[in-house]
Amino acid sequence: MSILTKPWLDDGKAFDQAPGDGGASLKTTRLGLFVFIGVATALFSLFATAYYMRMMLGGWQVLVEPWILWPNTAVLLIGSILMHWATRLGRRGDMVRARRMFMAGGVAGILFLLGQIMAWQQLIALGAYARVNPANAFFYLITGLHGLHLLGGLVAWGRGLRKSASGAAADKVTASMELCGTYWHFMLLVWLGLFLLLLVT
Amino acid sequence: MVLAIILVVLVIITVVFTFVSPWWFTPLASNWGTIDDALIITFVITGIVFVAVTLFMALAIFKFHHKPGRRATFEPENKKLEWWLTGLTTVGIIAMLAPGLVVWAQYINPPAEARAFEAVGQQWSWNFRLPGQDGELGQAATRFVSGDNPLGLDPQDPLGRDDIIIEGDDMHILLDQPVIVYLRSLDVLHDFYVPQFRAKMDLVPGMVTYFWFTPIRTGEFEILCAELCGVGHSQMRGIVIVEEAAAYQLWLADQLTFAEMMAEQEGDKND
Amino acid sequence: MTDETAKDYDAEMHEPTHFFTKYIWSQDHKVIAVQYSITAMAIGLVALVLSWLMRLQLGFPGVFDFIDQEAYYQYVTMHGMIMVIYLLTAFFLGGFGNYLIPLMVGARDMVFPYLNMLSYWVYLLAVLVLVASFFVTGGPTGAGWTLYPPQSILPGTPGYDGGIILMLVSLIIFIVAFTMGGLNYVTTILQARARGMTLMRMPLSVWGIFVATFMGLLAFPALFVSGVMLLLDRVIGTSFFMPEIVSLGEPLAYGGGSPLLFQHLFWFFGHPEVYIVALPAFGIVSDLLSVHARKAIFGYRMMVWALLAIGVLSFIVWAHHMYVSGMDPAFGYFFAVTTLIIAVPTAIKVYNWTLTLWKADIHLTIPMMFAIAFILTFVFGGLTGLFLGNVVVDVPLSDTYFVVAHFHMVMGVAPILVVFGAIYHWYPKITGRMLHEGMGKVHFWVTFLGTYAIYFPMHYLGFVGVPRRYYDYEDIEFIPDSVADLNMAITIAALVVGAAQLMFIYNLVWSLIWGKKADSNPWKANSLEWQTPDTPPKHGNWGVEMPTVYRWAYDFSVPGAAEDYMPQNMPPQPFEAHRAAHPEEGPEEDKPGEDKPEEGGT
Repeated sequence: MSILTKPWLDDGKAFDQAPGDGGASLKTTRLGLFVFIGVATALFSLFATAYYMRMMLGGWQVLVEPWILWPNTAVLLIGSILMHWATRLGRRGDMVRARRMFMAGGVAGILFLLGQIMAWQQLIALGAYARVNPANAFFYLITGLHGLHLLGGLVAWGRGLRKSASGAAADKVTASMELCGTYWHFMLLVWLGLFLLLLVT
Repeated sequence: MVLAIILVVLVIITVVFTFVSPWWFTPLASNWGTIDDALIITFVITGIVFVAVTLFMALAIFKFHHKPGRRATFEPENKKLEWWLTGLTTVGIIAMLAPGLVVWAQYINPPAEARAFEAVGQQWSWNFRLPGQDGELGQAATRFVSGDNPLGLDPQDPLGRDDIIIEGDDMHILLDQPVIVYLRSLDVLHDFYVPQFRAKMDLVPGMVTYFWFTPIRTGEFEILCAELCGVGHSQMRGIVIVEEAAAYQLWLADQLTFAEMMAEQEGDKND
Repeated sequence: MTDETAKDYDAEMHEPTHFFTKYIWSQDHKVIAVQYSITAMAIGLVALVLSWLMRLQLGFPGVFDFIDQEAYYQYVTMHGMIMVIYLLTAFFLGGFGNYLIPLMVGARDMVFPYLNMLSYWVYLLAVLVLVASFFVTGGPTGAGWTLYPPQSILPGTPGYDGGIILMLVSLIIFIVAFTMGGLNYVTTILQARARGMTLMRMPLSVWGIFVATFMGLLAFPALFVSGVMLLLDRVIGTSFFMPEIVSLGEPLAYGGGSPLLFQHLFWFFGHPEVYIVALPAFGIVSDLLSVHARKAIFGYRMMVWALLAIGVLSFIVWAHHMYVSGMDPAFGYFFAVTTLIIAVPTAIKVYNWTLTLWKADIHLTIPMMFAIAFILTFVFGGLTGLFLGNVVVDVPLSDTYFVVAHFHMVMGVAPILVVFGAIYHWYPKITGRMLHEGMGKVHFWVTFLGTYAIYFPMHYLGFVGVPRRYYDYEDIEFIPDSVADLNMAITIAALVVGAAQLMFIYNLVWSLIWGKKADSNPWKANSLEWQTPDTPPKHGNWGVEMPTVYRWAYDFSVPGAAEDYMPQNMPPQPFEAHRAAHPEEGPEEDKPGEDKPEEGGT
């Protein structure tokens, strides 16, 4: 179906294009998630742009990244892998192990968040307050916002857990796992991008 | 039907109003007649389009409003007509844009012989500075601002010592002498706007902006602020006086330099 | 097939019966649409009253003691912000988007109904936070709707205490609400269309809302970013946008930031925002024109392409709001060119609207009159936009009443005329009753001619050079006395136009009870929302059987057809052999100079 079609001549061969299932499917939720990922990408790119533009201006002192960001990154990476694994196990029908992996993936997300809070504490202990210089302020702002997005993901994760605990059908649970997995990958990618930005500047 | 007539009447009112109403450009006092010309070109082209589209609509309503038995034509598109219209529009756009860009190139490139002065805005008043004998403005920054140093000149910069400071008074400029205005703000955004000069530019705290013009008639002109700058925005006024060389030199001789000002204040303190 | 559908229908469409879940805490897109619309109208009335107060000061300076400078700037700011964000954006997307999308594409509801419901309640919260700013110490912010720092967060501006904080918080909440709604609109259009509803068969209303929502999803993050950063500058004293400042004699602790950075972020949102409001209006007005002119919208494909082109281009024109902002003036060339390029697809849309009227069968119903008034107003506002886009011409006009007149024409009056036309058009579907026609006519004439009387002469104040956002003009030398007379006349017109809106609201309520009963398709329109089994449509919209779509929405006055309209769910008729057979070999396209319709199906 292209936007070149002349609809007044069109014989509607494209019936399959519009399934007419009212959108009640995993495909729909997945699309919704991707649209949201698009919005979040726009948001973080704009922050990165603002960061870059502000860096060119006055009063910028380079921030020394707290060491804990490295293990944090590793934890988030592991979480992402666990989520991926959970989905694959779920698709194979090994729900017991899938559930375990899914749980662990979420816990990794929580650990990452705790780690980020520790990073904040380390910076505050050093006196690197937000108002002291814009590099600090951007650090709190960007990590905070990334954390909030992950927190949103954890809410979805919690609902997935409840679904699996209440004995929902395996394919529904696997769907939750897949969606959480996609989101975890996205969170990881955003974090890697932001971390790189922080490191090179 | 009534609608068709009203549309025609609106077109007539619009055209007549343009020619007979008392509200038109404030008489020009600078070299930027070229801006007025670019504006007129845009006005004529867009005016023709407005009249044409509205009259076409009125005609369509007049000819094709519903009557028993009328049936519309089924014509989903007409590529040829659409491409023609697109092409014509593009030509019209280019006809407006090209002169606009040419004048913009003049607007942002001050001539080499332009003499500088600085206008400094703060809530809600204007102050000015002229380069002294050396012809150069000294460094300045907001952090140097104090009661003694209202414009924030760098006390260490020798170039600034002979700069002439005009605090809370009218600014004078020379007739027919291109002038480049450097703009600085101590607090919020302002905009240096003299309607008769046409040119304007924002003052942005933390940076220096500029624009230029050549005054072409003598007189006293009011400077307004054209960028919302807080509650006193509409009272932020200044005066710029355009005059011939003799009067200008007389005025200039009366002004204090930064060094003299500092010395005077020192003197005051010692008294 | 039918059995299965019926079973699904029973399983999924457990229609809420309790009043609370049916009308308040509702997940039904139609109820949410009405909630959005009523809230937007209510807050819009506040903005209307603010504009009266503002005009009273301008028309009769000094007469009304209670309007001091602070109050005046607060009225200006809140009027602008409410109208742009909380009324127009919310009305077009939250109101019309919610009502029309599922009905027009043939879905039972939005794909994420719960999220949709949350979207409304979060929007309501944003409105309440905004309203709260009227009641805090110092009142609402008076920084102008653009909220430019440093001024917006410094003591020289009204609402410095709490007003600006609540404003920013409210905007951030609004963006969250919008994102929830937007995800729904986009996903519903992409995933939940009825069988046969290909993208290129969708009514242009849906296309307009679709593109606008996409733009909103990408543009609002820029407002979010600038809003959050400004909030931090204000609340914890960061220096994202704040340079060294001596404010009213006091040096502040800020340093190094750039006010221009804010402006870039703001307008990266702000310009697409203009089209976020305009594109749904473009789409809806296309449908109004087509239905009431009994003629296929002229150049449907070009209309879709133009929407897409405008959507993309509008992201690279933002700095035309900043020609005299002090940014690198060389940008002026680029943004002037992109801005004037965007005029081409916009002009095409205007031509196609007017060409839809040509050789049509124009029924001058109230929606149609509003649609035609929209074209005139939009053409006027669009053309004056070329002045401001054409970089050097903007220099004398920027920050004058020319700008005020321009944007009110193009994104105030023009979209509002479409809102009115659309309400007159769809009210019978929403409520099952027609709006009172007599009141409608008065409303139309007063609004159309009244707004023209307000904004047309205002452009000439801009030519004189009268600056905008001025509390009064008393002792400004260059402004002739006649300007005060004109201002008074404009104020009187504004009061009259405002009063007409009150009558319109009265009409909305009156017709709900005493209006003439409407049949299910009073305008004989093609699109699916008019083909529902019930009017107003019930929960689930379609009853047991989902609609199947066989044609686009613009088969009006097709030669050979018995009626002058063919609903989208009408199967191919015998005389339309080409539709089933070989569309690609169908009647030759683009025959030069051919005045006849391209399709002669008989």
